Amino acid sequence: MQFGLNEEQEMIVSTVRSFVENEIYPHEDLVDRTGEVPEEVAEEIKRKTIELGFYACNFPEEVGGAGLSHLEFALVERELGRGSMALNHFFGRPQNILMACEGEQKERYLFPAVRGERTDALAMTEPGAGSDVRGMKCSAVRDCGDWVVNGTKHFISGADHADFIIVFVATGEDQTPRGPKKRITTFLVDRGTPGFTIRDGYKSVSHRGYKNMVLEFDDCRLPDAQVLGEVDGGFAVMNEWLYATRITVATMCVGRARRAFDYALDYAAQRHQFGQPIGKFQGIGFQIADMITEIDAADLLTLAAAERLDRGLPANREIASAKLYASEMLARVTDAAIQVHGGMGLMDDYPLERFWRDARVERIWDGTSEIQRHIISRDLLRPLGA
Amino acid sequence: MKVLVPVKRVIDYNVKVRVKADGSGVDLANVKMSMNPFDEIAVEEAIRLREAGKADEVVAVSIGVKQAQETLRTALAMGADRAILVVAADDVHTDIEPLAVAKILKAIVEEEAPGIVLCGKQAIDNDMNATGQMLSALLGWSQAAFASDLDIDGDHAVVTREVDGGLQTIKVTLPTIVTVDLRLNEPRYASLPNIMKAKKKPMDEKTPADYGVDVTPRLEIISTAEPEARAAGVIVGSVDELVEKLKEVGAV
Repeated sequence: MQFGLNEEQEMIVSTVRSFVENEIYPHEDLVDRTGEVPEEVAEEIKRKTIELGFYACNFPEEVGGAGLSHLEFALVERELGRGSMALNHFFGRPQNILMACEGEQKERYLFPAVRGERTDALAMTEPGAGSDVRGMKCSAVRDCGDWVVNGTKHFISGADHADFIIVFVATGEDQTPRGPKKRITTFLVDRGTPGFTIRDGYKSVSHRGYKNMVLEFDDCRLPDAQVLGEVDGGFAVMNEWLYATRITVATMCVGRARRAFDYALDYAAQRHQFGQPIGKFQGIGFQIADMITEIDAADLLTLAAAERLDRGLPANREIASAKLYASEMLARVTDAAIQVHGGMGLMDDYPLERFWRDARVERIWDGTSEIQRHIISRDLLRPLGA
Repeated sequence: MKVLVPVKRVIDYNVKVRVKADGSGVDLANVKMSMNPFDEIAVEEAIRLREAGKADEVVAVSIGVKQAQETLRTALAMGADRAILVVAADDVHTDIEPLAVAKILKAIVEEEAPGIVLCGKQAIDNDMNATGQMLSALLGWSQAAFASDLDIDGDHAVVTREVDGGLQTIKVTLPTIVTVDLRLNEPRYASLPNIMKAKKKPMDEKTPADYGVDVTPRLEIISTAEPEARAAGVIVGSVDELVEKLKEVGAV
């Protein structure tokens, strides 16, 4: 068993860390205050990411990516996680689900996405279908050899900048002993397709500037060529690829927690009360100890889950554990970081109140903590017949 | 033309340094180490010379502990073509003195025959600001220290130097030693393809004995102390009060 990083991995970490510090941090306040990423800032981050060869670094070399391992990509995203989601979105990492593209879909979607010419987003959640994915109402029916889609998706991150969206849509229903079960198909939908609109969603307390959008389908007609994977094969596509978003959440939580921790540690050493640094009081010093212990645990849990993928081992349960623990750890760490700072922690002179707000969504998106616990317990109990 | 760039592994500029309890030096155990920032500027300039077609090979060299290979890998990941590691110490706390470094570099220069040696003007750990100048003296080459601009013009280098009171532009004959200052350029990030290529680039490992140089220290460190803590400031309400306070402490 080996726990250290090799030289390349160390250099990847240090490059991405410097990039985030120099290219992302300076814009964060503005983005949080206005809820918008200025166009020129977005373009510059994207251009520099492409120049550095980091754009779509999660994709294999044969399709033009950098071919990073799962572990290496988790390290990249961990460092990105230190910075604003709204801004690091432009450090492009297309959905790896695009690897399911076949034939000419590769030319239209996969390759341009990897080159940074076309941007993607992923749409699953609906107002009436959150954790219960199969409860989706958005549906497609056959008409004259095409598919006609109707319905609404919401909470679609990144759709404001997307040229096309990967959308999960119900395409039928099977009767099973446990009741009816939706069949789901994955579609590639171009912005501008008649009957398809993208509009602003809700104002969120977390990750301002990283907008959640609403997608509406009103008799939106799609040919078979827009089906990603097999018809009715949406669940297979999800299961094959969507683990990645949960590792992303876990590892970004670790990065952000470390940044919050750096502030807390520094403050505990610098701030004097009652004639000594406050870190010397156990009430503060022990909080610092608990914070770093939890951060390290979440870091190792996440990297170990990613490394299992690299070794081709089943990792569903491990990834769920990492996502669950890291997101809950981040909530505790950002809360404690504010406590160490006292009243100043809540002022927007420090980014801590932002980290604290941003942390809240991590326990919700890409599978709530409850869903992760469900996955973990089911994985353990099912083989025992329970 | 070949460019030789000596790089030093030093305590990272972000790290808050701590003096060892016995005062023998700065504590380097379990501390983040990086390439000396001035050397990073030198590496960047060397790569730019190559990109501009004015140099055809960039060789990075580091003299110190074995771990300096990480520093050399960083130089390779930035774009240097190959590296030479001279392992001259086992203990991270052993600092090889400028004269010994300059002597080893002289031997390497004689082997490699570069047209220019680009050094950082000083290392941020001990601020000696001596190696480049000593190397110039040992080789009998011209030197241009504290460069904020560099251009190669045929068999000359035109160097703008940051001197007290302004900028001075000089023309030196190649081969030459240039030590670089902070404003010469902004070093690039290592790109991902270059990070991946760095491992495959050649790195020779040598010892001072290979160059017949004795690195035994000539200097003795008597003591090391942290700078005195700065006294807390006061916030004044008006210019008059400010002047009053300055008079009180005898500053005006």
